[in-house]
Amino acid sequence: MEKILLRNIDVPDLHTLMVYKSRGGYSAWEKVVRSMKPEQLIDEVKASGLRGRGGAGFPTGMKWGFVPKDSPKPKYLVCNADESEPGTFKDRLLIEKDPHAVVEGTLIAAYAIQCHTAFIYIRGELAFGAKRLEQAVDEAAQAGYIGKNILGSGYDLDLVVHRGAGAYICGEETALLSSLEGGRGWPKVKPPFPATHGLFGCPTVVNNVETLAALPWILEHGASAYAAMGTEKSKGTKLFSVGGHISKPGVYELEMGYPFKKFLEEDCGGVPNGRKLKGVIPGGGSMPVLRPDEIEKVNLDYESVQAAGSFLGSGGVIVMDDTTCMVRAAWNLARFFAHESCGQCSPCREGCHWMEKIFHRIESGAGEKDDLELILNVSGNIMGNTICPFGDAAAMPAAAFVKKYRDEFEEHIAQKRCTLRME
Amino acid sequence: MALEFSPETYKKFEETVNRYPKKEAAMLPVLFLAQREFGHLGEEAIAYVAKIMEQPPARVHGVVSFYTMLNMKPIGRHHIQVCRTLPCALRGAEKITGFIKQRLGIEVGHTTADGRFTLSEVECLASCGTAPMMQIGDDYYENLTEEKVMEILGELK
Repeated sequence: MEKILLRNIDVPDLHTLMVYKSRGGYSAWEKVVRSMKPEQLIDEVKASGLRGRGGAGFPTGMKWGFVPKDSPKPKYLVCNADESEPGTFKDRLLIEKDPHAVVEGTLIAAYAIQCHTAFIYIRGELAFGAKRLEQAVDEAAQAGYIGKNILGSGYDLDLVVHRGAGAYICGEETALLSSLEGGRGWPKVKPPFPATHGLFGCPTVVNNVETLAALPWILEHGASAYAAMGTEKSKGTKLFSVGGHISKPGVYELEMGYPFKKFLEEDCGGVPNGRKLKGVIPGGGSMPVLRPDEIEKVNLDYESVQAAGSFLGSGGVIVMDDTTCMVRAAWNLARFFAHESCGQCSPCREGCHWMEKIFHRIESGAGEKDDLELILNVSGNIMGNTICPFGDAAAMPAAAFVKKYRDEFEEHIAQKRCTLRME
Repeated sequence: MALEFSPETYKKFEETVNRYPKKEAAMLPVLFLAQREFGHLGEEAIAYVAKIMEQPPARVHGVVSFYTMLNMKPIGRHHIQVCRTLPCALRGAEKITGFIKQRLGIEVGHTTADGRFTLSEVECLASCGTAPMMQIGDDYYENLTEEKVMEILGELK
């Protein structure tokens, strides 16, 4: 398979403009800004079939198309580099090793919607990544790729690297915009969507790092080359970051539709120490866990993973072997969501803490007979009842753990102790 | 005497604000500047930032209390943050935290008596492939073992 996102990742000093350019960097941007009309660019990306890689999988070109062309207000493009989904570390690799690809992709997207100010919102903890991006932006500005009258085209664009300050919810696009407006990272009700009412009420597009980093290749090689890869509805390639109980953790680029089981066993070397797979979360901590029997025929594309009852999400794969206590794993993630709930909507603010407490008491031997029904009840009352998808993201995995490993939960309750202590 | 930025920091503040389409959008970078200058963001620092950002102090307070990287209370010189989320937990994060607690003689959330270290547990830091891991200040320390942790702590003055 031809690599797109990781094609240059091992090239030494790729983060410098000189090396990035020597690998063909910024030629797509030059082509776009010199010779393409915004509508042409949008059509090209629509034809490529590229879908948002932040988790939702929304078609990128279509998202751009929602931005009004004749808006009297300023428009904004934001690169979402707030990678915080448990198990996900793919964007960090691109940001730290190939920052110019992220910058180039951001410029291309900004041009598509014809905005003159763009932001890269990077989670605050990634200090090194932010430095890399700032250096890349400075170098690109000095080379005339950013600024006034870019390459004599008459197009102006300023790009600001903006650091978050520690809040998972800011990865959700409307929360990110609230944060960028200088406030708490509180999500907003959609509609209206950011494409018409985004940053400071102005038309705004938010695209994920990986989505944007794919753009230079698509513009260089053409939409059809990208669309030729992957499946009918999931085009191109996607990054998967694999962690947990796996022999070769790391970031892998796969053609969409790659067999999940083969990927885990062959590419990632399988579960180490002669142990067996007990469960795997395919798309980051907010997606339902899958049992080994459920991944037999699953392929890594949006449709196939969804048909198996989970979601491809961010591509953050968390592997758990047969020594894992699933009650403790469920509690760990419930604690994450309880900690990260922004507190706006009661079902999420209260429910996440209740689920965390109940999982914890089962794990510590104080679980009660009706606790499992209680968790399912709380989870069901969060689902669909919150402003943003965070509520579902907390509720879905909690319910999946209980339903899929029910025996283990019941044993904990019956024996009043953890029956499989995880290290 | 009320807190205020040094002339150099004030210049940085003005440059930062100028980069944004609206002044209020610069809130987080300005709070980072303030935290670096004042050590932590107590009520006085919040009042000062509110004044220069032309925002109600309550709004600034709301922002500071929302984000984990903004500290309302003083912390140690080195802020050790061990990731506790599932991928790290599966690879021994609890053991690492336990080891640090024992070495420093403090609980999670506390600071050593000499003010050198504060220990926190934090959520996923996007480093799951090199778990267990921790962040100290701006730096990531990955693939941790007890030996490695001992070495790292020894090097921090």
